[in-house]
Amino acid sequence: MSAAQPVTTATFEEVVLKSTTPVLVDFWAEWCGPCRAVGPILDQIAEEHAGKLKVVKLNTDEESAIAIKYGITSIPTLNVFVNGEVVKTVIGAKPKPALLKELEAFI
Amino acid sequence: MSDVQELVIVGSGPAGYTAAIYAARAQLSPTIYEGSVTAGGALMNTTDVENFPGFPDGVMGPDLMDSLRKQAQKFGSKLITDDIVEMDLSGDIKVLKDGSGNTVKARSVILATGSAYKEIGLENEKRLSGRGVSWCATCDGFFFREKELAVVGGGDSAMEEANFLTRFATKVYLIHRRDSLRASKIMAERAQANPKIEFIWNTEVIDVLGAEKVEGLQLRNLVTNEVSEKKFDGLFVAIGHVPRSELLVGQIDLDDEGYVKVVGRSTNTNLKGVFACGDLVDHTYRQAITAAGSGCSAALDAERFLAGH
Repeated sequence: MSAAQPVTTATFEEVVLKSTTPVLVDFWAEWCGPCRAVGPILDQIAEEHAGKLKVVKLNTDEESAIAIKYGITSIPTLNVFVNGEVVKTVIGAKPKPALLKELEAFI
Repeated sequence: MSDVQELVIVGSGPAGYTAAIYAARAQLSPTIYEGSVTAGGALMNTTDVENFPGFPDGVMGPDLMDSLRKQAQKFGSKLITDDIVEMDLSGDIKVLKDGSGNTVKARSVILATGSAYKEIGLENEKRLSGRGVSWCATCDGFFFREKELAVVGGGDSAMEEANFLTRFATKVYLIHRRDSLRASKIMAERAQANPKIEFIWNTEVIDVLGAEKVEGLQLRNLVTNEVSEKKFDGLFVAIGHVPRSELLVGQIDLDDEGYVKVVGRSTNTNLKGVFACGDLVDHTYRQAITAAGSGCSAALDAERFLAGH
């Protein structure tokens, strides 16, 4: 998981759904190795493309209601939200070049 | 980069890290490309490892890899958490490119890229990957609480996955195309004794059903040829592995299944200065300890090669 700002049930609407810029939500959990592996890559992407894409993280253990709402059945899942809707889903840890390709519409 | 390294190791896991330990102690200053998201290899996706020698109380896969990694670092290996995306192993000086665009040159290379999960090969299996289709119970099992799941396979991995999934699922159906398992006796017995596991023998999965997520499977009984459909909330595929040799096709000798060929019991490939170890080579044993052993052999083979040049 990344060093990004954590988002919770309480803050989800404000931070994600009402955001004016695209938001990437990193669904992760403590026990998920690939989530930890992809975290630093997401941090780099967030830094390099600050202003265009916001990256936040959601702990699926702690916020399971939201994970269920968005049908998460595998982590890491990265959902990009634009105007409150999921417009892109990336499932599984991918190397940086592959992630950049998946996210090119937003960065 | 204009310096030529003595040795580059491609891939981590017990084979790669053990090769790094031995190579570092032989003062070859090895650089190991451990993988940007796959560092640590297959054992990163398992929980308890009970059969690695030296651990009477077992050890968690990621912890074991962490220890190997630290040991490699201790003796001076340079660890790069990136992927090698291109290799030219033909010359005396091997040229490799990493995922960040950097080029590295080396007099010798140890290939330890391991293997990937084998897919059944169905279109809907791919389409619903991550949406109910998984190859990793420890990764995704958590999301199938109180569900009914299918596990396909007949080896130790399938037994392991099925047993693990019963922590979450109400029922796990173990679907196998024969009527006997190739799993180790202890693992088979454990699965058979588990009240939440039911075996479906002589059956193969011919389609994965569901629009947005897995809703069921289409099955064929291989004895009666009868086709049926059954509801499932998830499919875990545990039918074996394929060697990660895609980058090597055309430049090194591979066998019919894509495993790198080595000479006898050494780790020598058909290319001078290129050595291969672990699950990239081994389709017989495929254990962490055999991988670690072959990693050691690769480092020693590389050391001897470099000393002779």
